[in-house]
Amino acid sequence: MAEMAASGESPEILFWVGCAGSFDARAQKITRAFAEIMTAVGLNFAILGNEESCTGDPARRAGNEFLFQMAALQNIQTLDGYGVKKIVTACPHCFNTLKNEYPALGGNYEVVHHTQLLQELIDSGRVRMNEGGTFKGKRIVYHDSCYLGRINGVYEAPRTVLAALDADLAEMKRSRSNGLCCGAGGAQMWKEDEPGSKRINIERAEEALEQRPDIIAVNCPFCMTMLSDGVKAKEKQDEVMVYDLSELIVNGMVK
Amino acid sequence: MIQQILFVLVAAFALGYAWLSFMRIRRNILLGQDEKIGGDTGQRWRNVLLVAFGQQKMFKRWIPAVFHFFIYAAFLLTQIELIEIFIDGAAGRHRFFRPALGGFYTFLISFIEVLSVLALAATIIFLIRRNILRIARFHKPEMKGWPFKDANIILYLEFALIACIFIMNSADMALHDNEYGFAVSRFLSPVWSGASEATLHAAERFGWWGHILVVFAFLNYLPFSKHLHIVLAFPNTWYAGLKPRGEMENMPAIMNEVKSMMGLSATEDAGAGMDEIPEFGANDVTGLSWKNLLDAYSCTECGRCTSVCPANLTGKKLSPRKILMDIRDRAEEIGRNLATGEKSFAKDQEKPLGRDNYQDGKSLFDYITREEIHACTTCNACVEACPVLINPLDPILKLRRYEILTESAGPADWLPMFNSIENGGAAWSMNIDREHWINE
Repeated sequence: MAEMAASGESPEILFWVGCAGSFDARAQKITRAFAEIMTAVGLNFAILGNEESCTGDPARRAGNEFLFQMAALQNIQTLDGYGVKKIVTACPHCFNTLKNEYPALGGNYEVVHHTQLLQELIDSGRVRMNEGGTFKGKRIVYHDSCYLGRINGVYEAPRTVLAALDADLAEMKRSRSNGLCCGAGGAQMWKEDEPGSKRINIERAEEALEQRPDIIAVNCPFCMTMLSDGVKAKEKQDEVMVYDLSELIVNGMVK
Repeated sequence: MIQQILFVLVAAFALGYAWLSFMRIRRNILLGQDEKIGGDTGQRWRNVLLVAFGQQKMFKRWIPAVFHFFIYAAFLLTQIELIEIFIDGAAGRHRFFRPALGGFYTFLISFIEVLSVLALAATIIFLIRRNILRIARFHKPEMKGWPFKDANIILYLEFALIACIFIMNSADMALHDNEYGFAVSRFLSPVWSGASEATLHAAERFGWWGHILVVFAFLNYLPFSKHLHIVLAFPNTWYAGLKPRGEMENMPAIMNEVKSMMGLSATEDAGAGMDEIPEFGANDVTGLSWKNLLDAYSCTECGRCTSVCPANLTGKKLSPRKILMDIRDRAEEIGRNLATGEKSFAKDQEKPLGRDNYQDGKSLFDYITREEIHACTTCNACVEACPVLINPLDPILKLRRYEILTESAGPADWLPMFNSIENGGAAWSMNIDREHWINE
């Protein structure tokens, strides 16, 4: 972003990578896949790089409002400094915080989740899928993340994107507004589970595996970690892959 | 005449006592902090009409929804008959509406009778679901003891209400040579064949008095019961939050403090509120908002929230329903103590006892453990599940805020995350650049 600003360019959209997308080895692959799609269709995007900071979501949900305000106000300063209007992110937690919580702090942007942008690109024909379909005959079950689905009501965009794959799509018993959490939200990602009979990600992975999928599709880097771990715990990691939607698209699109 | 006097006295006592009880609940709800509830009036009406009147959210689970609807519809329409009972009782009339309404009266009472039969069936099915099928959500730990009895008492009262209606109507029909032609009672009145007029009259009076006395008992039982939802569902859906679900309530005091810390424009008196010992979040019902307390009093303990809570489903202690029950129990406790007027409950003995001048050495944390609030994933499944738009998540987050901001406590696991956000701007401390992914 800094380089673009220095040369007087203004990008169509800012890609908010997020902490997971920047630092988590598995989530970095999602970041690369999504960046590759945007590059392939010639979308002029920028990133903040080291000027990006955590949105503050986990701090706020843990109860640490001071820390949230510090992180958020810092980010708003940066975003406003570059005159950012539109943001896309591959993380539903960043998406929710940027979209729903920054306005009260004075940060107003048009924020979309990457599945929504992918739907737009597919609908407008900018992303076209290979004939024959890389995923033909593959059974894909989609997991609604809480922060994209139930909390922000985005159920259709990711499903439309998956429909473009020409695969065999399955739904879990608990889906859409009834979708079960992967167990990572509310800053649970950073702590051990409270005592109980089972981990939440195991419960959800079992439910996904009931559908006998080849692929579990997710839209959130935290769901990715949770469900991958769950699938591993059930020793199914060789048969069932967990992918983000952007990874599925990048593998099947005409480049 | 004696009956009239008796009726007026009983009615005055029952309504008067109920009024006092409802005022007590109003006072308890107002123990909470002010919360301005604004937003689109049209959307509020839609919520009241669809969710409260229309029972929209009940139909996520259609079996209980259908049976609940029978009881609900019968309850609503019986109010018409109740108006007549009041007029008859006070004025010493018999079926006051009948001469004026004629055939429509027969239709109306018949309609209520049919609904009452459906409600009776629903009541029996609900008793079976609770006591014989033992549906899991009715038997969680927080339902042990009084809450379980409470639910059954309500169902027995409904049973009594409906039984009395049919005793009254069928005896009355037999007394009047079956000329009324009510849809259900016409099949019941033959039971009375051979009974003397005095017996029929006594049976009719028994049904009439039985019904109205159960109504009065019910009315006075409500404020002590989870069943209060039949009243509070309406205001609760009206006042339900309209902001995006994902938006946690902003804390302007902290925002302004941080702004001035960062040298950003903040209002001049931003730090003014910070001179006192800062207390953020809530550790008691007096720190929650009145809407959180209205939520708690609106809860009918159906347990839909708990049955979809990922933490509860995997054996954790957290149960959103228990959070609400605890809030209500604590509000009741404080309300009771304040009502005694005892000086020992005052923080400052010089000042009058009140919401802001109260201490009893306890807090909401004596009801709700840390383990419970730490287990929440903020997934909003409980918020989505509630048929009367209660938000169980909001008080959980306020308790978390108290723990972190006021007590500087909380799960130790979170400290590294807090530290890396504060020092490195990232949720994890990593030795790589944010652009690292580009070159992999």
